[in-house]
Amino acid sequence: MAGWTRHEGRAVHLPQDNVDTDQLIPARFMSTPRVQGYGEFLLHDMRRDAAGVLRPEFPLNGVEPASILIAGRNFGTGSSREAAVYALVDAGFRAVIAPGFGDIFAANAVNNGLLPARLAEREITALAGAVGGGDARVSIDLDNCEIHAAGQVFAFALDEMWREKLIRGWDDIDLTLQHAAQIRTYRERRVADMAWLLPDD
Amino acid sequence: MDLVAAVARIDGRSDGVGVHRSRNSVGQVNFDNRHDTPFGLPSPPDRLLPRRDILLHLGLGTFMCIFMKKPSTLLDKLWGAHEILRREDGTSLLWVDRHLVHEGSHHAFAKLAARGQPVAEPRLTFAVTDHYAPTRQRDRITDPDIARMIETLEGNAHTHGLEIFGLRDPRQGIVHVIGPEQGLTLPGLQINCGDSHTSTHGAFGALAFGIGATEVAHVLATQTVWQRKPAAMRITFEGALAPGVTAKDMALGWIARLGAGGAQGHAVEYAGPAVEALSMEGRMTLCNLSIEGGARFGMVAPDAVTFAYIKGRPYAPGPGDWETALTGWRALRTDAGADFAREVVIDAAEIAPTLTWGTSPEQAIGIDAVLPAPESLGAGKAAAARAAYDYMGLTPGQPIKGTPVDQVFLGSCTNGRIEDLRAAAAVLRGRKARVPGLVSPGSALVKQQAEAEGLDKVFRDAGLEWAASGCSMCVGMNGDLVAPGKRCASSTNRNFRGRQGRGARTHLMSPAMVAAAAVTGALSDVREVTQERT
Repeated sequence: MAGWTRHEGRAVHLPQDNVDTDQLIPARFMSTPRVQGYGEFLLHDMRRDAAGVLRPEFPLNGVEPASILIAGRNFGTGSSREAAVYALVDAGFRAVIAPGFGDIFAANAVNNGLLPARLAEREITALAGAVGGGDARVSIDLDNCEIHAAGQVFAFALDEMWREKLIRGWDDIDLTLQHAAQIRTYRERRVADMAWLLPDD
Repeated sequence: MDLVAAVARIDGRSDGVGVHRSRNSVGQVNFDNRHDTPFGLPSPPDRLLPRRDILLHLGLGTFMCIFMKKPSTLLDKLWGAHEILRREDGTSLLWVDRHLVHEGSHHAFAKLAARGQPVAEPRLTFAVTDHYAPTRQRDRITDPDIARMIETLEGNAHTHGLEIFGLRDPRQGIVHVIGPEQGLTLPGLQINCGDSHTSTHGAFGALAFGIGATEVAHVLATQTVWQRKPAAMRITFEGALAPGVTAKDMALGWIARLGAGGAQGHAVEYAGPAVEALSMEGRMTLCNLSIEGGARFGMVAPDAVTFAYIKGRPYAPGPGDWETALTGWRALRTDAGADFAREVVIDAAEIAPTLTWGTSPEQAIGIDAVLPAPESLGAGKAAAARAAYDYMGLTPGQPIKGTPVDQVFLGSCTNGRIEDLRAAAAVLRGRKARVPGLVSPGSALVKQQAEAEGLDKVFRDAGLEWAASGCSMCVGMNGDLVAPGKRCASSTNRNFRGRQGRGARTHLMSPAMVAAAAVTGALSDVREVTQERT
């Protein structure tokens, strides 16, 4: 995963609370291998009518693709399906800005280089106002945790560890294996203490 | 290949990448005294401090902490027992005792394969076919995508030498039903699964939480997971539940009160007399729904009810280890005076049979209530309520009771256990359902038990379909779907838009309430339906 520090792109506002993971990607698409790309599944049933035609009034269906999503409260609530993040990432999104996120969604987002930036509700309103119809460019600065839009600056909240991870594009498995000796020591003690931990072969 | 061998291999190719020492680095912190208690059980929180910090901050407070043992929460104890190390940024590396994978874990296995990495602890990894499991005609799966998902899991289990509870295994079922059923779920263990309802296992006093695919790959490769310790929250249910009111109603009740994001960032411990009075099935229902209120973790301190449930199960400690295990498990309780970041107290007697009316679990009311006016829900929730009413085809101001339903569903990791089927059958016995419905037991063993008790006959005689076990119509991945615009009374966990199928209208409620809806063909008060009988 490549790290990033600054991003500039078009922002789109989806003014809804509790956009859940079943909305982000309906379950029926989840057997698709990732290599095929998940972008077209993003918010599939909200974006399209029953015949599969894009609804012109839906914010994400603007002509120009956006890379920053401004969202409502409790974004990504629901299941642990990382496919919800794949759909956003494969559709070109690099950041979601919302007052709050589902805990598992936010962790999944960071693991895929997608920024879950927290901004107070009234600032979300102000940011959405600054973005207006969606033509304004928005830039995100991970170094300073700032969003710049139409001459205004918004400071967002982000877990420090997640910020670092996004910037460096860290692979957790490599990092963890540096602690192999400690894991081994822990494991030996755990198994010794709990005879029932390891099932019989 | 076990972890020891795996890490030895990795060590062998060490490229000299050292420990970072920058501001947000991976500071290695040793806890020399951490595991001197049986089972790696909790050291008091003061011991979590690195020694050099203790030296730096040695004052009266620390002195008292060390020698007087600060009271700990159940979360503190479970966390402490699994924390291998903590980085300077506050993130913990936690040991995973049980890793449960399912068909949806294919992304994680693909990541592992791309790295050429083995599963670190195959004996602690268990594969379960549930999300895509057909509930009918298992011998000929016609949908190629479903067949491929199931075969992929079987292939990965075979490749990595994992025990698999596959489609033809007599122990097959929903992962959160069979973990406890098999005795894989035990107090004090950490249990992870790529499924948000993993919080179910917290009902045993386990540290259990759902993870995403990248984290699943990480657990497969290292048997550990990085996690920042959540804030501790306690929801205490005082008093006793009224007749006809269940754990499902307790859960929907607190979520309606606090909101679908109300417990975000927290681990919820459920406590109080009404929780202690619940069976293990009820506690599992309560913990299962934690995530619907935003909490990744739910837990209940283990007690005699827990121990009685576990004893004798296939993977439970045998007679030779039982007493040792019990001694450790009995210590898994929140100490008197321990601090919680948040405390909520609910009077259990005030909870009515509760059901959802909208498209978020927080949009729930008692069966006697009228559908709330959107503007009465407070700023910010009115627009969502209007959209939900539009989707659900309901009108504010009307009573929810009496709303006709098109079908019912009984099952899921929330309410697919034997006690749930008994509760539904008690309402249905000798009656006919006015609408069609599907009953999918939580596991093949639950199905077997229900059949031994004659419950299948009750459901069949009522006109409901008795099917095989799986996630089924809760998530619709196996093709069990609710048609567009149809209204379903469901014992499941999510009433999200389209969850049970595009355009489906889901009302979440307890199994007994689902049965009452089946009998009357409408959303009904189970207390009235059962009273008619007596």
